[in-house]
Amino acid sequence: MTSKKRPLFDKPIVLRAIRESFGKLSPRHMVRNPVMFVVLLGSVLTTVVLIIDAVAHRGGSGFTIQIAIWLWFTVLFANFAEAMAEGRGKAQADSLRKARTETHAKKLEDPADHLSSELVSGTSLRSGDFVICTPGDIIPGDGEVTEGVASVDESAITGESAPVIREAGGDRSAVTGGTKVLSDFLVIRITANPGETFIDRMIALVEGASRQKTPNEIALTILLSGLTIIFLLAVATLQPFAIYSGGSVALPVLVALLVCLIPTTIGGLLSAIGIAGMDRMIQQNVIAMSGRAVEAAGDVNTLLLDKTGTITLGNRQAVEFVPVAGVTLEELADRAQLASLPDETPEGRSIVVLAKTQFGLRGRSLADDGGTPERPHEMEFVPFSASTRMSGVNMGGLQLRKGAGDSVAKWVRENGGSIPPELQGQVERIAKIGGTPLVVAECVGAKARTLGVVYLKDVVKGGMRERFDRLRAMGIRTIMITGDNPLTAAAIAQEAGVDDFLAEAKPEDKMALIRREQSGGKLVAMTGDGTNDAPALAQADVGVSMNSGTQAAKEAGNMVDLDSNPTKLIEIVEIGKQLLMTRGSLTTFSIANDVAKYFAIIPAMFAVTYPALNALNVMRLHSPQSAILASVIFNALIIIALIPLALRGVRYRPASAAVILRRNLLIYGVGGLVVPFVGIKLLDVLLVLTRLV
Amino acid sequence: MTANGWFQIALFSALVLALTKPLGIYILRVFDGTAGWLRPIERVIYKASGVDPAENQHWTRYAASLMFFSLASMLLTYVALRLQHVLPLNPQHLAAVTDHQSFETAASFTSNTDWQSYAGESTMSYFSQMTQLAFHNFASAAVGMCGAIALARGIAQRSAGKLGNFWVDLVRGMLYLLLPLSIVMALALVQQGAIQNFSAYLTASTLEGAKQVIAMGPVASQEAIKQLGTNGGGFFNANSSHPFENPTPLANLWQMVAIFAIPAALTYTFGRMVKNAKHGWALWAAMFVLFAVGTTAAYWAEARGNPIHAARGVDVDESATNYGGNMEGKEARFGIASSALFATVTTDASCGAVNSMHDSFTPIGGMVPLVNIQLGELIFGGVGSGLYGMLIMVVLTVFIAGLMVGRTPEYLGKKIQAPEVQMAMLYVLALPALILLGAAASVVLPDGLKGLNNSGPHGLSEVLYAFSSAAGNNGSAFAGLTGSSYYYNTLVGITMLFGRFALVVPMIALGGFLSAKKIAPPSTGTFPVTGPLFVTLLIGVIVIVGALTFFPALALGPIVEHLSMLAGRVF
Repeated sequence: MTSKKRPLFDKPIVLRAIRESFGKLSPRHMVRNPVMFVVLLGSVLTTVVLIIDAVAHRGGSGFTIQIAIWLWFTVLFANFAEAMAEGRGKAQADSLRKARTETHAKKLEDPADHLSSELVSGTSLRSGDFVICTPGDIIPGDGEVTEGVASVDESAITGESAPVIREAGGDRSAVTGGTKVLSDFLVIRITANPGETFIDRMIALVEGASRQKTPNEIALTILLSGLTIIFLLAVATLQPFAIYSGGSVALPVLVALLVCLIPTTIGGLLSAIGIAGMDRMIQQNVIAMSGRAVEAAGDVNTLLLDKTGTITLGNRQAVEFVPVAGVTLEELADRAQLASLPDETPEGRSIVVLAKTQFGLRGRSLADDGGTPERPHEMEFVPFSASTRMSGVNMGGLQLRKGAGDSVAKWVRENGGSIPPELQGQVERIAKIGGTPLVVAECVGAKARTLGVVYLKDVVKGGMRERFDRLRAMGIRTIMITGDNPLTAAAIAQEAGVDDFLAEAKPEDKMALIRREQSGGKLVAMTGDGTNDAPALAQADVGVSMNSGTQAAKEAGNMVDLDSNPTKLIEIVEIGKQLLMTRGSLTTFSIANDVAKYFAIIPAMFAVTYPALNALNVMRLHSPQSAILASVIFNALIIIALIPLALRGVRYRPASAAVILRRNLLIYGVGGLVVPFVGIKLLDVLLVLTRLV
Repeated sequence: MTANGWFQIALFSALVLALTKPLGIYILRVFDGTAGWLRPIERVIYKASGVDPAENQHWTRYAASLMFFSLASMLLTYVALRLQHVLPLNPQHLAAVTDHQSFETAASFTSNTDWQSYAGESTMSYFSQMTQLAFHNFASAAVGMCGAIALARGIAQRSAGKLGNFWVDLVRGMLYLLLPLSIVMALALVQQGAIQNFSAYLTASTLEGAKQVIAMGPVASQEAIKQLGTNGGGFFNANSSHPFENPTPLANLWQMVAIFAIPAALTYTFGRMVKNAKHGWALWAAMFVLFAVGTTAAYWAEARGNPIHAARGVDVDESATNYGGNMEGKEARFGIASSALFATVTTDASCGAVNSMHDSFTPIGGMVPLVNIQLGELIFGGVGSGLYGMLIMVVLTVFIAGLMVGRTPEYLGKKIQAPEVQMAMLYVLALPALILLGAAASVVLPDGLKGLNNSGPHGLSEVLYAFSSAAGNNGSAFAGLTGSSYYYNTLVGITMLFGRFALVVPMIALGGFLSAKKIAPPSTGTFPVTGPLFVTLLIGVIVIVGALTFFPALALGPIVEHLSMLAGRVF
């Protein structure tokens, strides 16, 4: 993982944010946030009162000036919080923009003719054009490799300096604009128009330019607006009640009370929290295509994880040869090695190595293979396919196959052979202990026979069990997806500690599983990289595609993991949860704060009309003016004080909802009740000491 | 405060607790149709009224039926009151009710408020009482239950907006529940000495030789539904402090239990409907805690009495021979504990019947009923309306606190999102808007001030109480306010209608929205809606939202009155 840690308060970011806090005062921007818009109106109103008072030469405006200043600060602090959150993304966007600098592309009229290329500007390329890139070239746009293999430096996007291989066909065919070809050459079919490329989208996302309010944010805004209206009613009707009681309240004081009561703390920090959530994703090297996806991550009930590469180390190792009756161990090892010679998969390699270490069998390559009668030159590789589920070689009269038990058995029977009775037992034994049984068979002439089984051992990654335990504590169920048979799957599922598994899974099974979970009201997250994962990625509520994956997979998912690390899902879920928790906690804090403010302001307001109300002045604040001012200042400063929390997010430790609720309620609910009593009292003392009142 | 007083409160609480489950199960069976012992009568009603009982109404249609029924029956009552002088059963030859009084009374009884700015015995004929006001006592209570059951169905089911059939729910609520219970209750009250006749008013000679007119009427039957349906409209002006309405302490206990019986049982019904009986009990517990706190505060304030009296040598200590405390406006046969308890119960539920005069309570004692109403009539609350009011607060609690556990808030497996929050906020907004705007207008407009008989904080409390009572559909009065003027009749009438129907519609909409949602299975990551933590949280949200809304107004009313009283000044 290459998370780019940046200090929370970076000097250039802070300076830019201060500048932007003023720019954000425009009513068109402010109206998006009803709570802060009311504060803005209050500030304007107070300033107008101040000016009228000054023109009329009325005394005692020192207090009103201070109220007005702090009301403006309240608005500015909220804007500053938002600008700070955006600033981190903007700094990242600047570095991304460098990668998008004007490139020249060698455009091919005919993709087959590599020589007649035309030098054009990168921005003139359209989807469907073909370009050729040679070492040192910057890839001009997103695309699909149609020809060639090359190592590519993708550090501009991923921050990872080790080059990656990109090649035509298969799951590593997608290239991203702005990355650099280091060796060999690639012919690329451009798949994105200028302005729509991955890097463009990334810039827009980190800058927050395309930011839309997420569903929970909208709902919370409605709640906060409703509360604002309620407080507006409470404060507006206070004036008639005060007039009835024999003493009206000055307008700035009413505005001060209103601003203190409406949920400015959460209102001021709400958009910063959302932006910071996206930013935390980016720091984890995950690009979320929308805030909605980040939020959905927090809600995930079910996690689908591919076994290979996620739960287990991608490569299974051959550890044992098990011959059937009538076949010697060495014979089996020899045939298995031969069948694996052209097989470049890690499993195939490990069979060759095992045969070599156990029996000293030479690792013969295709080229140096002698032309003996049994092993003719013409060695034809039969690659693995999802439908045959076996691979092998054909050499003249000799055909060798290795693969899943039932498919090889079928092949043997089709070729006139029979299945030894003990084979099934051996296959099951290996499967039960979590291994992958690979049945080896040969066919000489027209007569097939089974030779035995190779035991491929799956190696579960370290620390997986702990991670799944954490997920379970959050109430998330993990399901392992594997092409293995149910017995093998069950054994590995148990070893890794997942809750459930889907064995012998085909792409459409994955899709069906997602649909089934969703119809039960659950939210499903999954990772994928291959083109055949694309439909499932699109169907899942949170689909994380690997940056190393195909273009189709990247288009289908709603997040891209630049590190291509499937277990990143766990961090993604945690960030999503943290985002919602931060919002909820600060809302609770904000509302709980109001209690203390009432005890400060109400006695102060009616000090003249009803001196008896001073009994409510439990904080023993110095004077009515110091009480009101201290409340307004506290209300403004708490926004600044909570910016780090809003940006970093509430601390998240995996636990059940009840435990998390109890903890956050204690910190933010009870804390929200107590903190302002202390804060307002302290500010009151300070105001008196500095003779500001 | 005495052991006897606490015993009365404990006995009352025990009876409510004991009734909750059995009555709750019965209500469940009434509304899911498994209770069918009156099916033949039910069928006749459907046939006669052309209702298709099999129709499952979309929430819009459900709400429209409810509104249509309520408004139509309100108009009917308006006409009947205006024509009272030509209608039968009027032995006292009472005149037609005035236009503004008829409007207010029709609105009042339709909205389950039963605010009465008239004296029943000198205004309403037996016909008006029995066919109009008593009819609304049944119908408005059943309408409240329809609302609660519709919302509960929306939460419990996945039915694409369909919430059942309003007409069927209405008929079943009245036929299976309110009617049988009222018969039992009426007989119990008659047994204790409540009257039930159609006689003309009696004239008696007092010991001093003066003539006294004693009002008569079919009281017990009306009394039963007055309490069971949390209506509160008394047959007589003196309401449940009148010896013919509420003759004995035992009758008083029955009345109080009748007020809480259905609202308490509905929490259990709800728990069973959503297949989480513990959640139903959690709601019950939250309601009970708020009730217990209110009762204790009222009892403490009334038993303590007025320190100014004590300072002047009045014996305010309770003893075997002295009630002590503040006995002003209380019946000697009920005493302080039963009066404070009744005042709390009648305002916790949106009943509004009174057995003592709340205006004469101490400032804190009088603030308890006021706050109870302002919290939204959800401490057991009105029949049906108490449950749905509480469920709205649950939705808000789940939303605010649900975010804190790091998930999109879910209530019983259903996601609470923007449309749901919107409806809940509309509901929550309506109450303070009606109370504060109405009261604020009345304390500055000359027409409003004209009705005011007290000045200072106490006068403000009276106005505040009037609009709280109207908006909360409670119907009890703080007295001291002449409410029968054009101004108050009209404004209070409108407040009552909005206080009922401006809340019912968003509430049913909420049920409709929720019914269209998928039900996510619970996991350890789901927000818990049972247990002490949830109950505490729910109470916290109710109290903080209520307190924050009304604290400024209360500070200028009862709070400053109390503080002034301590300083030796009364208003």
